[in-house]
Amino acid sequence: MNRIYTEDVSVFYGDNQVLKNVSVSMENNTVTAFIGPSGCGKSTFLRLFNRMNDFIGSFHKTGLVSIDNTDIYKKDINVEDLRKKVGMVFQKPNPFPKTIYENVIYGLRLQNISDKKILDEAVETSLKRAAIWDEVKDKLTKSALELSGGQQQRLCIARTLAVKPTVILMDEPASALDPISTSKIEELIFELKKQYTIAIVTHNMQQAARVSDRTIFFYMGDMVEEGDTKMIFTNPKKELTQQYITGRFG
Amino acid sequence: MRLKEKITEALLQLSAIFSVLITVAILYVLISESYFFFSRVSFFEFITATEWTPLFTQKSYGILPLVTGTVLTSFIAMLVALPIGLTIAIYLNVYASPGFKKVIKPVIEVLAAVPTVVYGYFALMIVTPFLQGFIPGLSGFNSLSPGIVMGIMIIPMISSLSEDALHAVPQNLREASYGMGATRFQTAFRVLVPAASSGIIVSIILAVSRAVGETMIVAIAAGQQPRFTFNPFVPIETMTTYIVKVSLGDVVHGSLEYQTIFAAGITLFVLTFAMNIISFYLKRKFQEKYE
Repeated sequence: MNRIYTEDVSVFYGDNQVLKNVSVSMENNTVTAFIGPSGCGKSTFLRLFNRMNDFIGSFHKTGLVSIDNTDIYKKDINVEDLRKKVGMVFQKPNPFPKTIYENVIYGLRLQNISDKKILDEAVETSLKRAAIWDEVKDKLTKSALELSGGQQQRLCIARTLAVKPTVILMDEPASALDPISTSKIEELIFELKKQYTIAIVTHNMQQAARVSDRTIFFYMGDMVEEGDTKMIFTNPKKELTQQYITGRFG
Repeated sequence: MRLKEKITEALLQLSAIFSVLITVAILYVLISESYFFFSRVSFFEFITATEWTPLFTQKSYGILPLVTGTVLTSFIAMLVALPIGLTIAIYLNVYASPGFKKVIKPVIEVLAAVPTVVYGYFALMIVTPFLQGFIPGLSGFNSLSPGIVMGIMIIPMISSLSEDALHAVPQNLREASYGMGATRFQTAFRVLVPAASSGIIVSIILAVSRAVGETMIVAIAAGQQPRFTFNPFVPIETMTTYIVKVSLGDVVHGSLEYQTIFAAGITLFVLTFAMNIISFYLKRKFQEKYE
């Protein structure tokens, strides 16, 4: 059984329908890329899985979103617990104006964990896993805002990993970064998929081709095509997909 | 055209200089009049004596009773305004729907638009009798009742300015916190309040300054008996009340009695000026920290 799937999901902001009857599935320990032109609904779709759209007053949806065989929109779901399980990395690095150490353990503090040993350990493993430990291990008490943009983004990934999620959502995680930082993030994604199920929204076609196993192409709220990344990029079934990946629009 | 530009610039410059000149003029009067005062009364007596009776035959010039009166009423006001104001700010920013906030924020700000004389009579005629029902020994004039009413008056200063500060915290920090599984409460107290702390502190200091300088409410409801006490149930007198009383009375211009109001005035000025400096310093310090 796939860990994550949707059935006939439609999303509305007021009267405006932004996703139309989307049914997809994502397999465990794979990277799935959501691609498509701006406004196609891919970010909205990503934010369905940790219910970040709930903060938009006019948001409502129909259809089923299921993670680990649970409808995550059913009434008795604890949204905070869901978000611990389904971590998110945002477009712009958003560390808190706190020390590097405090940033990493933010999620643990929320759970009232205060055992120094557990916290120290979580900081080290998370930062190592996010491939930033060597760069920051001597300045854990410095402000996270002193780091470069690329380091901040990897710190945000470490912060997400510290609460031990099983799924990681990434919303254009490298779009605000330089090429070197971008390639570091991509290498990291490649490492992370061994342990996590990852969904990534990206504008960058090469990036989707490089990091993902499967790709889903959205256009104007429709899910146009899903399949193995290799297939989508070399031999797409739909004309529209072909046009988009060859850069004829977008 | 060129000339018009020059005239405009000159006019703008003039108005800027004008406001500075007025400040300097006020300071000059305050300092020169209190200079005469302090040449006749020892500064040491002024800041240590615990009786303030310049209008009696047995004269004593200790400012402390007036200072404690002001501090006591302001402190009570802050006890009321701080928790309520901050709660409102956090509620409006974190919990309330945008539509509700849009309606309710201006409504709360109306509290600050009520003339203070109305608040003064409200304290004297309604709040004091009401409190006397619970507190048997409460005098008709006391610092508790005007303190509470003054607190209500400055709630919007704290709630509005603090809400502005919370609102200015970048949206992506909120998302980061919610994305980690934080509740609204956790997000408010672990991320938003610390990130907005400079603005919140400035709002508190402005509110304290407002309470310290407030005149009408305390003049009407707190009494006119300078008393060196922190007992909130008995009549007291604040610095502002004293200044009003003497300004309206028939003391001779230029007399020592007359100059006492400048001594009280400069004490008040030093207090609020110090708070302005602290708020300026805090604002800068926190700004540096979060940039």
